[in-house]
Amino acid sequence: MGLLSDPNRRQALINLLTRLNAPICFVCYFAGVAWFMGLAFEPFTLRTYMSENAMGSTMVEERFPAGERALATGREFAAHKKKVGGMPVDWLVKTMQARGLEVFTQSFSRTLPFPDENTERYVVKGTNVYGILRAPRAPRTEALVLSAPCTPGDNNNQAVGLLLGLAHYFRNQVYWAKDIIFLVNEHDLIGMQAWLEGYHHTNVTGMDWSPLQGRGGSIQAALSLELSSDVVTSLDIVLEGLNGQLPNLDLANLFYAFCQKIGVLCTIQGKLQRSDWDSASGYNHAVQTMMLMVMKQASGRPWGDHGLFLRYHIEAATVKGVNSFRHYKTDLNAYSPITAGIYRLTRLHQSYFFYLLPSLSHFVSIGYYMPAFGLLAVILLLRALDLWVQLSAQPSRTEDGVSNPGVLSVLTPLVISHLTGAALYMLPVRFQEVAVEHFPVSETEAVVLTAIAVYTAGLALPHNTHRLLSGEGTEMGWRVLKLVALLYLAVLLGCTAVINFSLGFILALTLVPAAAYVTPHVPKALSAFFLVALSPACTLLFSVFFFQELQEMPVSFQDGWLLYLSVIAQGMLDHYLYGSLVFPLVALLVYPCWLLFWNILFWK
Amino acid sequence: MAELKLRARACTRLCVSVPSDTAVLSKTQVNEDFQEELVIRPLHSGDIYASFQFRTVWETDFMKGNKVSHYRLFPKSLGQVISKFSVRELHISFTQGYWRTMQWGQPFIPSPPGAELWVWFQDSVTDVDATWKELTNVLSGIFCASLNFIDSTNTLQPSASFKPLGIGNETDHRFLRYATLPREIVCTENLTPWKKLLPCGSKAGLAVLLKSEKLFHSSFHSQSVHIRPVCQDRQCKSSSWELRQALNVVFDLHTSGQSKREWSLFKMFSRTLTEACPLASSSKIYIDVTDNPQEEQFELSPATPLLSQAVVLGDRRTFSVYDLTQQVTFGTVRSLNLMIRWKSSEGDMLRPLLHAERYVTGYGLQTGEIHTLMYNNHPFRSFPVLLLDSVPWYLRLYIHTLKVISKGKDNNPSYIHYQPSKDRERPHLLEMLLQLPPHSVTEVTVQFERALLKWTEYTPDPNHGFYVGSSVISSLVPSTVAMETNITMEQPLFSSFFPCKEESSYFARVYTEPLLVNLPTPDFSMPYNVICLTCTVVAVGYGSLYNLLTRSFQVEEPNPGLAKRIANVIRRMRGVPPL
Repeated sequence: MGLLSDPNRRQALINLLTRLNAPICFVCYFAGVAWFMGLAFEPFTLRTYMSENAMGSTMVEERFPAGERALATGREFAAHKKKVGGMPVDWLVKTMQARGLEVFTQSFSRTLPFPDENTERYVVKGTNVYGILRAPRAPRTEALVLSAPCTPGDNNNQAVGLLLGLAHYFRNQVYWAKDIIFLVNEHDLIGMQAWLEGYHHTNVTGMDWSPLQGRGGSIQAALSLELSSDVVTSLDIVLEGLNGQLPNLDLANLFYAFCQKIGVLCTIQGKLQRSDWDSASGYNHAVQTMMLMVMKQASGRPWGDHGLFLRYHIEAATVKGVNSFRHYKTDLNAYSPITAGIYRLTRLHQSYFFYLLPSLSHFVSIGYYMPAFGLLAVILLLRALDLWVQLSAQPSRTEDGVSNPGVLSVLTPLVISHLTGAALYMLPVRFQEVAVEHFPVSETEAVVLTAIAVYTAGLALPHNTHRLLSGEGTEMGWRVLKLVALLYLAVLLGCTAVINFSLGFILALTLVPAAAYVTPHVPKALSAFFLVALSPACTLLFSVFFFQELQEMPVSFQDGWLLYLSVIAQGMLDHYLYGSLVFPLVALLVYPCWLLFWNILFWK
Repeated sequence: MAELKLRARACTRLCVSVPSDTAVLSKTQVNEDFQEELVIRPLHSGDIYASFQFRTVWETDFMKGNKVSHYRLFPKSLGQVISKFSVRELHISFTQGYWRTMQWGQPFIPSPPGAELWVWFQDSVTDVDATWKELTNVLSGIFCASLNFIDSTNTLQPSASFKPLGIGNETDHRFLRYATLPREIVCTENLTPWKKLLPCGSKAGLAVLLKSEKLFHSSFHSQSVHIRPVCQDRQCKSSSWELRQALNVVFDLHTSGQSKREWSLFKMFSRTLTEACPLASSSKIYIDVTDNPQEEQFELSPATPLLSQAVVLGDRRTFSVYDLTQQVTFGTVRSLNLMIRWKSSEGDMLRPLLHAERYVTGYGLQTGEIHTLMYNNHPFRSFPVLLLDSVPWYLRLYIHTLKVISKGKDNNPSYIHYQPSKDRERPHLLEMLLQLPPHSVTEVTVQFERALLKWTEYTPDPNHGFYVGSSVISSLVPSTVAMETNITMEQPLFSSFFPCKEESSYFARVYTEPLLVNLPTPDFSMPYNVICLTCTVVAVGYGSLYNLLTRSFQVEEPNPGLAKRIANVIRRMRGVPPL
């Protein structure tokens, strides 16, 4: 700090930073991207290990004799489901009671803000059925949850069968120390949300649910099953939850350890880990796996029924049984010890909560991935420093000429862009009826198109702003505005990255170059195109295509566009149904911030 | 003749003082009596409830300075405790598991999960807190339990919920101390000292069945010791000390019964009975056959001609009785192995007249809400309950958010006793007298804030959470049959624990489940890193930044020469500005 308190040396440092500002920014940007790509390179990452000593996998009995019976139960469940045309509540209650559980039901209803066209839902009514296996000599203070969704059609019947089979098996064991709750939830995430809100007696999303009659104390961990075939080739674990929250890494470690022990193939993001990390294709594979995780986490949506548990500080994951065209197949007898083993969980807290997984055996902790973001964020600070120096140097040069820009010239664009953001947040859902009346579109299309319309209308803003301003914008004016916008963006991205690294990083990747580059003195048309291409909406569009590419399901532009529209609708629904924060974050903060830069480009 | 009034009542209105001339004691003869009893109740859910009670009554006086040195049936360790600490009543229970009222109905002697201790001291005790502290440490040694963790932060003085169960005329709650340890684990090491208090130990009588490997292979286990002064006869001319040891256990149908749905003494306890305790004046086994008059639910063998009826918990029950003091009970094989074969399948949930549950709501580590639900399932009668809630200080209750709602309307408690907590000194105490309307759910909610503890105050494994003890609900539940109010009449032990005052209602105590609450917890796994990082960041980063921001920089003038300094001194003396 002696460097900074000495005015001469401080001046020298500042001179260096301002003179070399652009090259340093370039270097930082590429270093950030390179660092990020390096995270998937195996020698740079750490091997996963169990931090919780209590969770050694040696205690598990590997034999689960009731696989056949679970399948039979699954078929019976499917038959009853078909007969009732939905959730066979009575049958489930009876079956769970026969297995010696305390059975309760919960009914719920929810009217969506606008129809969900993917799942064809608008007014949702349903019933959750859950049975509690009371642990002997336990005082009802702790519980674990095993859930399986009751999905329409022929999906997931085996999962329910397995759930009931496990209930039967667990009931005859004596070593449980915690109550185990077996939950079959209708309408997947909506039912799960209703159940969790009922269990914790909260109401964050305005859903109607009937209060729960039976409880088992504080839930320590949860596992959600998804299984649609009688045999499985591999097991896939899904970790990404609401708002990019992740369960404790020990849960993934435990799953991996059990799979290794029992000899079942296990995957993450549907990808096996490979041993040839030193080959190009091996590295490529790891990057793909990690990028899939980043994209999923950035979306902020729950990627399985487990995703909603994380809000309540319950470690949760979804385990999917995958049946692909491999030769080696295992039956449910192998699937179950894993779930049975995971059911010795305690509250996991020892391992990491912030991590990325390039494969199940390696992980990147927060200390390793944060520098990548830091390198991008430092660009904003460097540009801000540059502007600050320019601003503080200017008055001395033109002592009498330029009057200082008023607060108004900075405040007006700030207020107006935020009002546009607020409109983007509020209008689409508020005005869907009006839109449906006047245009030949469905409600969902109306909402999405209104959102796009408001977004585009926001681009017309600079001209309006300038009419409101008292005088002409000054040279000082845009510099002050840009300084404010840069610092605003830095704080915004910094906070986002701490909560949801992936979202923060993807936004930084596109917004930082735009923010660093833009001034009123660059070629207008080209820069406008550049800026629009780097705006949040286009980031989302690119992400949609990129995600499809990563999943090895490339789409044509036409399909991609349709997918893009449905992704917007889904994002909004996630917000209204489950309280995802990505839509309000983008609409209320990121988009207005981007508008400020747009404003600077058209500064006159 | 003074009619004896007992005050096992939860309601303050029922507490009437006892004339003091009843406590006349005679010491002419050593009068001791020991009884043992086992009640087996096949439960509605298909489980089996076994309740042991052992009662020693001794007509002696531990007080008044006389040293009692000759002990026969009464355990010396407890006798010394009574006289040394001037205990009037002592109730201690160790429970592993939660009593499932919805499936099992009411237990004969209720107890909360973990350890519970409540003691009434004689009014001669001057420093109750010090005596209590010493007593808990002594009991901790006697029962091999962590009762020494009872301190001022979990000790309460309930004003109305825990009235003396024996005779006595003192109800000033200054002499009452109540504490629970919900985290206490009960196991063999607690059972062994408990068995040693019995006159026959585990050598003979019913106590041979108490083998820990089976007792701790159950759904519920509870053992308790109750010491109180009782009347000797109906006139209550003299009082004697009663020591009751009770052990309740529920065996699980599924895990032990496997496919065959049958029970026997051997299957439950891995022992059969061959004799009564020779010191016992009475030794009996009762099997509840009320729901089974024609053997439609289960089959009992060997059959017994002896049937007895008793009024217990507001209901008239019929029992098959096996008297172990009679040789004929053991038959030709000289061993008794009772068998119960189930015929019907599992029943549905019960609807007990009174039951309660409690849970924490909300998410995040800042605030939360405690919900206590009390169900009155009586179709047309309302009845009063006393709710006792004790919450540790680190959950700071917002008492202004306290709401009591029955059937959608506010239910105003007719009596509230609230003692706010003091940080690190005493817990919150909330007692309320409520009227539960017929066929209703009454919900008591109160919000709280989670405190941030000092780093040495966290328990081992703090991420597991912190326990909040059970709420206690004491009530007078309407009875379907006339209750027996004469407590001195000869009756089975299981029906005579709570003295009964009115014929129309019976006393019941219900405990809710304890709560497990997470507090904001620092990452203890790397305290060194945390401390170092915090100190470094604060010292280096913030300190120098603060320095830079607050210091005003100016170019330093070179040091003036000596001549100039002298000139300046002279100029200052002259009152002229310096050079």
